[in-house]
Amino acid sequence: MKKVFSRPKSLKETVFHYCPGCGHSIVHRLVAEVIDELGIRGTTIGVPPAGCAVLAYNYFDIDMLEAPHGRGCAVATGVKRVLPDRIVFSYQGDGDLAAIGTAETLHAANRGENITVIFINNAVYGMTGGQMAPTTILGQKTTTSGPGRTPALDGHPIKMSEILANLGGTTYIERCAVTSPAKIIQAKRALKKAFQYQIDGKGFSMIEVLSSCPTNWKMTAPDSCKWVEEVMTKEFPLGVIKDLQG
Amino acid sequence: MRSTVNKVLIQGNRVIGEAAIRAGCRFYAGYPITPQNELTEYMSENLRKVEGGTFIQGESEIASINMVLGAAAAGARAMTSSSSPGISLKQEGISALAADELPALIVNIMRGGPGLGNILPSQGDYFQATKGGGHGDYKVIVLAPASVQELADLTMDGFDLADKYRNPVMILADGMIGQMMEPVVFKEPKPRKYNECYKLNGAGTGRCRLIRGLILDALEMEEHNWKLYRKYQLIIRKEVRCESYMTEDADLVVVAYGTAARIAKGAIKRSREQGHKVGLIRPITLWPFPYEILKEASRKVENFLVFEMSTGQMLEDVKLALEGSRKINFYGRPGGVVPTPAEFAKIIAQQFKENNIEPEPV
Repeated sequence: MKKVFSRPKSLKETVFHYCPGCGHSIVHRLVAEVIDELGIRGTTIGVPPAGCAVLAYNYFDIDMLEAPHGRGCAVATGVKRVLPDRIVFSYQGDGDLAAIGTAETLHAANRGENITVIFINNAVYGMTGGQMAPTTILGQKTTTSGPGRTPALDGHPIKMSEILANLGGTTYIERCAVTSPAKIIQAKRALKKAFQYQIDGKGFSMIEVLSSCPTNWKMTAPDSCKWVEEVMTKEFPLGVIKDLQG
Repeated sequence: MRSTVNKVLIQGNRVIGEAAIRAGCRFYAGYPITPQNELTEYMSENLRKVEGGTFIQGESEIASINMVLGAAAAGARAMTSSSSPGISLKQEGISALAADELPALIVNIMRGGPGLGNILPSQGDYFQATKGGGHGDYKVIVLAPASVQELADLTMDGFDLADKYRNPVMILADGMIGQMMEPVVFKEPKPRKYNECYKLNGAGTGRCRLIRGLILDALEMEEHNWKLYRKYQLIIRKEVRCESYMTEDADLVVVAYGTAARIAKGAIKRSREQGHKVGLIRPITLWPFPYEILKEASRKVENFLVFEMSTGQMLEDVKLALEGSRKINFYGRPGGVVPTPAEFAKIIAQQFKENNIEPEPV
């Protein structure tokens, strides 16, 4: 019998702690598959963030170095500059990358650090219990934007991919989702390209993934996927935002 | 231009850079702040010329210390530098380095505070440096040079200590030492001893490794705290450094570190000429603090005078050392004021008068 589905070698045999319907598990698997397919398990160093995905270090079977909240791109910069022949990626959520770590992200991108950033955007702070994120969309209710996000009081959802695409240092930026098999396949393609660009020394890449948080959105998993597709993608359109090499 | 000769006339800030490069430092990240900019500039000019050397001007002090964290984890001798307000920003990363047991050198060329303060020499960061500084149960080895020569020596030693204990080490100097020029002879750096197994460089075909500070299980976190504690106890036993100067026959002992100690030495020479038998105890490691050496001195000396360019921070450690057994007076000049040795000699003379100590006939 032909085996068509098995655990990627770069994932440990551990059960994910993520909530049902959360996108992290899918993206973790995609990253692990890409690492396996590119044959870089032994030369890759991952930098997990603060937030739900900090426990990525329990799942990836690769060397990992935890970054303080928001500092993933600075920590990854330090690693990559010392070990330029290793593959270094930072895995961050929206609060981590687009609020507390905005400066570190923007400047690592602007310096054109040859790293890969995986940006999970679920429009909410997950681990701390559903507070407003920098990417929370207008009208979205969170525990710190009770009546819904209001521009006059809370500002606007920040579009990091579009901002970074404007910087001279970035090579490749794409926004994906993991809400359907077709979108998951596209997300994997984007992740693989980003890692390949790093292997080829082409500079800074970021893959933004629109991801569900059913627990904090207070929705079922299927409704969450629907919300990503019908509401979130209007604010954050999917597709290639920048690809200098493409 | 780097000097390849061993004896040079060089500024304090620049000597740190040169000593660091000679000691094998290959990663520097920093953010401009006065009065330490010459160090950042020296590294930008010279570290990039060294094979494998990386200089990054970070977008902030926070980014810089976190770059150092990454570089240290990847196995490089790594350092950053700043001055007081910038060191406050670095505390997040220093706490993380201590939690992760990563070696790094952090230089604080202190200026007046609190807040933005000013850019003049001060010693107001003693508490921050010696009591942890950031959050959590941890300690940083703190080295306090009193001359440009000592700055060179301690920079090299700092990297060795950081590796030996896998712990951040801080050079705590001030704008005076950072800005002045003195002749320096560079010592031969020791070969680096750092186990390859601690370097995170990809799992290869082996098991993956993890460097982290987040430990959610309470008992596991407790054990990590006790493990760090045991390391700190070992450092306390092994690494105390202190200079005693003319304390043998002293009626009064001044306790001072760094620039204040240097001023005190000049004052002590003058006071001795007037028959005042005064000596100096100069802690070189501020943590671990030389409690035992002070306690030992108190068996023979009645009067102590603590002198700091602050409102009195090390004073508390001197009180802890002497356990109320001796009279301790304090002279402090915070905010960037640097008294002259002549001024401080007057303070010493006053001490002799107030405590009814007879000067020796000259």
